[in-house]
Amino acid sequence: MASMRFTGVDIGSSFTKAVVIDSEAMILATHVLKTGMDFESASRRALEETAAKGTPSSWVVATGVGRSRCLQKPPTKTEISCIARGSYHHLPRPHVVVDIGGQDNKVVRVDEGGCQLDFKMNRKCAAGTGAFLEEIARRLDVAPEAISAMARRAGKAVEIGSYCTVFTCTEIIHHIREGASPEGILRGCYESVVKRILEMDPLDGEVALSGGVIATHPVIADILAEKLGRAPFVAPQAQFVGALGAALMSRQSHATNAA
Amino acid sequence: MASEKSSRLRASRQKLDVLLKDYYAGLDAAGKDPARKVAWCTSAGPVELLEAMGFHLYFPENHGALLGARRLATGFIGQANAKGYSPDICSYLTADIGAHLRGESPLKDAYGIDAPPKPDVLVYNTSQCREVQDWFSFYGREFGVPVLGIHSPWKAGTVGPESIADVAQQLERMAVTLAPIAGAPLNRARLAEVVKLSSQASAHWKRFLETGRARPSPITFFDATIHMAPIVVMRGKEATRDYYRGLVEEAEALVRDGIAAVEGERLRFYWDGMPNWGKLRFFSDLFTRLKICAVASTYCLSWVFDELDCRRPFESMAEANLKVFINRSEDYKESYLVDAVKAYSIDAILFHEAKTCPYNTNSRFGLPQRLLEGHGVASTTLYGDLCDLRCFSEDQTETTVEALAEQLAARAPRG
Repeated sequence: MASMRFTGVDIGSSFTKAVVIDSEAMILATHVLKTGMDFESASRRALEETAAKGTPSSWVVATGVGRSRCLQKPPTKTEISCIARGSYHHLPRPHVVVDIGGQDNKVVRVDEGGCQLDFKMNRKCAAGTGAFLEEIARRLDVAPEAISAMARRAGKAVEIGSYCTVFTCTEIIHHIREGASPEGILRGCYESVVKRILEMDPLDGEVALSGGVIATHPVIADILAEKLGRAPFVAPQAQFVGALGAALMSRQSHATNAA
Repeated sequence: MASEKSSRLRASRQKLDVLLKDYYAGLDAAGKDPARKVAWCTSAGPVELLEAMGFHLYFPENHGALLGARRLATGFIGQANAKGYSPDICSYLTADIGAHLRGESPLKDAYGIDAPPKPDVLVYNTSQCREVQDWFSFYGREFGVPVLGIHSPWKAGTVGPESIADVAQQLERMAVTLAPIAGAPLNRARLAEVVKLSSQASAHWKRFLETGRARPSPITFFDATIHMAPIVVMRGKEATRDYYRGLVEEAEALVRDGIAAVEGERLRFYWDGMPNWGKLRFFSDLFTRLKICAVASTYCLSWVFDELDCRRPFESMAEANLKVFINRSEDYKESYLVDAVKAYSIDAILFHEAKTCPYNTNSRFGLPQRLLEGHGVASTTLYGDLCDLRCFSEDQTETTVEALAEQLAARAPRG
């Protein structure tokens, strides 16, 4: 298996990520692009881009909401299993993974051997996910990639009480009228994201964060640390944890078949 | 009650089609004949009392399920919302009232009758939920007919003699109130006969559902939702008892022949809560793809009435209605589900959290967590609704079910 290459492609609602690893699970290449309206095209481009980096691979596992639409029709695994697998690779001990994605939040518990114990997903509503933060940035007319740094500068968070993205936008208009700072409003929005996660699960034990949102909005880790009283582990290349998990599953599946 | 076709149990399915067409034709004729009396009734009853008094019974819940199964409900709910019936209350209720307000019904397409028959009386029982009272009160005002109710003690752990006596007395009083509407007083011998027929049908229904204990299971939850219609709407009739006798014979033959409802059955799931009527095909296809058999459900088991006894009809009707799962304490539900997991060799429970049905949603008071921590029972919660498809996401549900299957497969011993 020395020269084998294994790819995981995570076709998410907002972004498609691909990771290529070698037989020692070393990451050789990554690529991320906007998923857009076409899952097949996004997965094809992600795989082409990683291949163009000199790391073609014939062993692929697809994950994410568009996993069944991957053009090559490779084996699929859910993002929940892949997140658990990828997170355990970075943090090989029992922990709870919190993955904040474009449309979904997931909480997955893994045991000391990396086995997934149970999981939770948010309800149909996307409040508290990446889509929520994008909408807030649009409402405040700020670039989405800038809002985390702004929230870190806030002196005080504005209390955001709504469950719902639409109601939160209405609430924000009220706060703007009252003269609240954009930084304080943003900090309040991030606090509401963390509240939604803590409403999903008590997060007992060690916590690891993954997903595209945590990669772009590191202030979430700060706020979660405040609420939990301990710092969460933030996975390196957090956006690629699901794709890495898929690549690791591809590698494992190949090893099992070869045995 | 569902519209999906099953390739197994074909003989019973054919009998069922005839049985239901006859039932609706009879109802339609009764609704047009002033000499015959129509009662609208809740599924929790009091079916046997009304049947014994000669009423033709119509069930708005069955209509709600039909609206859901045919994916018409979501289009009618808004009509009821506009009349002040909130989108947060029972979507059977809002879909049914919405359809009534629009003067539409799937009964014509399904059974060849134009509309539900006009009621002479509306009779509900709150042992299943509290909203049926308001649902039936709407129709009471709409048609100008009496609305009678059995008000059951709620959420009991143990159903004691006081509760049974209370409900039995309510039933006795109701029989007196119903007599002038029926045109004759209750004939107690006839009541005993009806209760006996119901009890026999229930015993056959139970035996049919218990074929799901076999490995592989010859039946699925989806089969049960199809074949449950007579036990809900046609209890106390010889034809119903005979239908279930035939169904049991057909299902037990499948067990003897080792026929699997899901080819290559790999996992066995238990469905808790209401069906998502408009998505039964989605779930059936998803489970088949993942080689999951939903072998049993609280919903279908809820029409097993072991308590019915023709020697003490009033008390046993009261006991049967009080002991329905939906009306029991959290401790009772926990113990019931643990027993079901063992009896049906269940790998995991799917809790259906129906947005508009808090009464028959059992994941809202920590039960899944207690089942995992106290008994090692795996489960997941699926968000949706019985009728309102706006509350449901196929993608999220597919991922949730598939992730649970992957989790269980990863833990399974490798042979």
